[in-house]
Amino acid sequence: MLRVENLTVKFPSRFGDVTAVEDMAMTIAPGEIHGLVGESGAGKSTVGAAIIGLLQSPGFVAEGSLQLGETNLRGLDQFEAHKLRGKRISMIFQDPQTSLNPLMKIEDQLVETILAHEDISVKEAQGRAVDLLEEMGIENAAARMQSYPHQFSGGMRQRAVIALALCTNPELIIADEPTTALDVAVQSQVLDLIRHLADVRKVGFMLITHDIGVIAQIADTVTVMRRGKLIENGPTAQVLGQPKHPYTQQLMGAVPPLDRKIARFPVPEDVDGLETSSKGDGAEAWLLGGERQDSVGLTLDDITVQFAGSRTSIWSKPDPFTALENISFDVRPGSVMGIVGESGSGKSTLAKTLTGLVKPVSGAMTLGGTNLPGGKARSRHHPSRQLIQMVFQDPFSSLNSRHRIGAILAEPLWLYGLVEGESSRRDLCLQMLSLVGMAPEAIDKYPHQFSGGQRQRIAVARALLARPKILICDEPTSALDVSIQAELLNLLKDLQSAFGLTIIFISHNLAVVRQMADDIVVLRNGSIQEQGPSERVFDTPTADYTKKLLSLTPVMPRVWSS
Amino acid sequence: MLDFIKRHEGLWLFSRSPAVIIAAIVAVIIILGAVLAPWIAPVNPYDLASFSLMDGLLPPMWEEFGTEKFPLGTDDQGRDMISSILYGARLSLIIGIAAMAIATVLGVGLGLAAGYYGGRFDAVAMRIADIQLALPAILTALLIDGIARGILPPDMQQNLRVTVLTIAIALSLWVNFARTARASTFVQMNKEYVQAAVMQGQHPLRVMFVHILPNILGPLLVIMTVDLASAILLEATLSFLGIGLPADSPSLGTLIRIGMQFLLSGEWWILWIPTLFLVALVVSINILGDFLRDVFNPRLR
Amino acid sequence: MVYFIAKRLIQSVFVMLAVAFLAFSLFRFVGDPITQMTGVETSVADQERLREDLGLNDPFALQFMRFTGDMLQGDFGFSYRTRQPVAEMITKRIPATLELGIVALLISLLVGIPAGVYTALRPRGIVSQAILMATLVGVSIPTFVIGIMLIFFFGVQLSWLPTFGRGGTVSVGGWETSFLTIDGWRALILPAVTLGVYQLTLTMRLVRAEMMEVMRSDYIRFATARGVPMSRLYFKHALANTMVPVITIIGLQFGGVIAFSIVTESVFQWPGMGLLFLESIRFVDIPVMGVYLVVIALFFVLVNLIVDLLYVAIDPRLRIKDVS
Repeated sequence: MLRVENLTVKFPSRFGDVTAVEDMAMTIAPGEIHGLVGESGAGKSTVGAAIIGLLQSPGFVAEGSLQLGETNLRGLDQFEAHKLRGKRISMIFQDPQTSLNPLMKIEDQLVETILAHEDISVKEAQGRAVDLLEEMGIENAAARMQSYPHQFSGGMRQRAVIALALCTNPELIIADEPTTALDVAVQSQVLDLIRHLADVRKVGFMLITHDIGVIAQIADTVTVMRRGKLIENGPTAQVLGQPKHPYTQQLMGAVPPLDRKIARFPVPEDVDGLETSSKGDGAEAWLLGGERQDSVGLTLDDITVQFAGSRTSIWSKPDPFTALENISFDVRPGSVMGIVGESGSGKSTLAKTLTGLVKPVSGAMTLGGTNLPGGKARSRHHPSRQLIQMVFQDPFSSLNSRHRIGAILAEPLWLYGLVEGESSRRDLCLQMLSLVGMAPEAIDKYPHQFSGGQRQRIAVARALLARPKILICDEPTSALDVSIQAELLNLLKDLQSAFGLTIIFISHNLAVVRQMADDIVVLRNGSIQEQGPSERVFDTPTADYTKKLLSLTPVMPRVWSS
Repeated sequence: MLDFIKRHEGLWLFSRSPAVIIAAIVAVIIILGAVLAPWIAPVNPYDLASFSLMDGLLPPMWEEFGTEKFPLGTDDQGRDMISSILYGARLSLIIGIAAMAIATVLGVGLGLAAGYYGGRFDAVAMRIADIQLALPAILTALLIDGIARGILPPDMQQNLRVTVLTIAIALSLWVNFARTARASTFVQMNKEYVQAAVMQGQHPLRVMFVHILPNILGPLLVIMTVDLASAILLEATLSFLGIGLPADSPSLGTLIRIGMQFLLSGEWWILWIPTLFLVALVVSINILGDFLRDVFNPRLR
Repeated sequence: MVYFIAKRLIQSVFVMLAVAFLAFSLFRFVGDPITQMTGVETSVADQERLREDLGLNDPFALQFMRFTGDMLQGDFGFSYRTRQPVAEMITKRIPATLELGIVALLISLLVGIPAGVYTALRPRGIVSQAILMATLVGVSIPTFVIGIMLIFFFGVQLSWLPTFGRGGTVSVGGWETSFLTIDGWRALILPAVTLGVYQLTLTMRLVRAEMMEVMRSDYIRFATARGVPMSRLYFKHALANTMVPVITIIGLQFGGVIAFSIVTESVFQWPGMGLLFLESIRFVDIPVMGVYLVVIALFFVLVNLIVDLLYVAIDPRLRIKDVS
């Protein structure tokens, strides 16, 4: 049905043309779910956009043929191409919230799409809309579609989006990261829906994603891309289970398994800017030396955090919103505590409470035996400011883009009075950069000159330069590609075993947490569902919620990986 | 050299737009002329002894009765137009830049603090801004002027003219800065590098000025150019209305007011030449401001 | 939503009170009202008696309350210059300024919005570039220069239109209107255009910026991917969403219109509130200045309140709480 050959897409820039996609080929049959997988910058979204004709200007298709059935997609003019959209090809995007016009009712958006392609009455179109929504699993559709997008929950919105893409009966739907923004349970339902549509309605899907587990769950065939080029393709079981190309092999090796804990991820060969040398020994000695103290533990005792609700009525004060309720756990010195939860579970609030950005309304915290004050009660000079450091989620905003790396790294050194003299500080920073695997030239550069993975390393270096005892990692790899993630996790494991750091590792990704944690806490809507030694909880969970999470997380079946 | 230009996106865009280059040149010429006025102007128009009524109402030199001594003609008092314009531009620029500087410091300081502290402080700051906004620019300026007139004894009024004007204009401009700085600060507060700094226990002033400020400069720079243009226009308007600078130390606006008397009588140069200079100056500044806006916001290109 | 409106109402009242306070301070502390009113001949004893009678020796708070009370009842005191009640002076001038402002605002909206939409949708065309350059120049020319130029061309060179005053007006229930006579319209055009040009350029740039932003949004992309017809895309989707933030700015603009009317009225000798205010500044006629302040703030606050209500009516996110 869809046949792509020799596709080349270029973007003109002031440095000449940049080739985003080179010599791509792909075929999709009716009812086939074809996964397009690759890391960021691979060009997967560009391929999808090129096929439907929605390339961001000034991008253009330089070469290649795009055939949809009998139609040559490249040969169409503007109007014909637009008539094709919706009718034969449609596309859905990652964020269902921004994909829907906030000012229009769901019904109106459906009806206008249907009427754009078929000459039927409004009433008929409305009827079709209701049927479609119910097929998507939205109950009471006739009433619900009178609502506006912001009144729907995330999962319902994505279903509405899929309904909108389907209502014109296209042959092919290009889905660009359709479940990345959704919770595990909702993701599972949406993936099932896509499978059902492919089987029953024979719609072809191009499933673009970086999540290999998703591919494993529903894709029939897979194409792997890297830096705009096609690396490998074939049936899912073959590409994921017995990859032929070295890059694919590395990629599959870097995927964290959910069913067991491995000591270290296999290290891929050419990694961006990874330096391994012994120049970091000085930093290592510094971290181990100084006031030699043992590892420090952290406890939370019955912590509750509430936020003031937003006012909606003049008469009554709003109910407070409880972000965390009666949280108690104990982090053993020198261990890794994994905190697992979906969005809205309270994990980021927990991180903010630990670092003093948010004050609990009740409960107590202790750091190594001494009381840890919360929120504003914790003065700027409290020792915990130094002893607790954090690595954040977004490598693009966690480093001040207007400061040089040297300045960013040296800050904790003079802030806490750890090293006197600018040149001594600079030396130590250089050694710390080596320790985390960065080239020394980095010290005079700016953050934007580095990739996401490199920036996270710098963030780790910054945290270490405060000589902390507790390192809080808040979703440190969620924004990173799978192979970069593997390196960073290796780095954290190495550092932890070398320096006896106590680490609190927060993530929504169960597989990643399993690889890192000794103990684990499962959060949901602000309260603890289950806690205990990590291996025990993963192998034999007791809480229903944990069981549900584990069963719904898309994974690569063990039988595939060699 | 070409490589250097290509590497810096701003410079590259600059070299590609002829309008912006011309604007920059014009602006630089006028500004230089204004700054160097005391040295390059043929005559000092404030010095009562330097001109005489006998030379009054002479047209520019390419017209019938013009002379080379006064290339752009003279006004009714016999003052050389070029000198008047250079000195006038000087005054307009001094007041404009000073007002903009005060508004920047006041507005950005308040906006940064409001964004950082939030809560009560922010609420109060915004209320003050609301009140200031309820009184549009010209109104504020006129009001301050009126108050000054009422409070100050007459002899001091003349000397403090420039100060009063500058303060009046600055007060009408600061809200723009405050709002933008506040909005930008809010965005930055959610960024993790700010959270990291706060979490580490850094002093609030350090977080605001060393961390946040460098990251919000972009939009602020755009507002600075736009407000410079507004300040100059505002001063010109006030002078035109008779509330600004008086005839014996005229700014471009005053010159236009004087010139308007001759609208119907044929001495067109007294009106249109200062007007041309004023418009050229402000247009150039606005073109540069627009350019800066495009540089910092690529999506609008 | 009720809470939202109530909150805005309270904020408006607060702003009005603050402005009233400013006006009151003007009255009390800038110059001595007694000497202004009575001149040199009155004896000191008589001045003291007058001071007592007018309650000028009473505590500050009491005077302020009395002041506000008087204002609410429409008693605005007397002008130092003309000895007339300020209320009368101002109300006589309101129709002139309001009509001028409304026509100017209409011009700016009717030309500015379509121009903004056009330049957003065809950003690289020659026409768009020309419009953009024209607006740039328009923003840079001071209003009074535009006025002078218009007077020069249409009034002097071509003699088509009058160059000052309101021309023929008709009184409709006490409201002197220019709308009902050709003569009135002829006199209105030049000042209205002068006043409208600056607002027009602002509106156009704003609409353009917002629209370009909207056109990049995901829902436009998705609607395009679904094959929704382009014209429907532009208007029902893009334009509607653009209007939402634009409306708030219109409120601010109205304030600008009233403010700039001072300049326009001065150039054209248009007998509106602005001209009155200008004269009162020249003569340091504090009562008129103070009351003008309050009246302007009132207009401004009212317009903004209406804009807020419009905002709520248009954007369903404000009207209906979200379920998630």
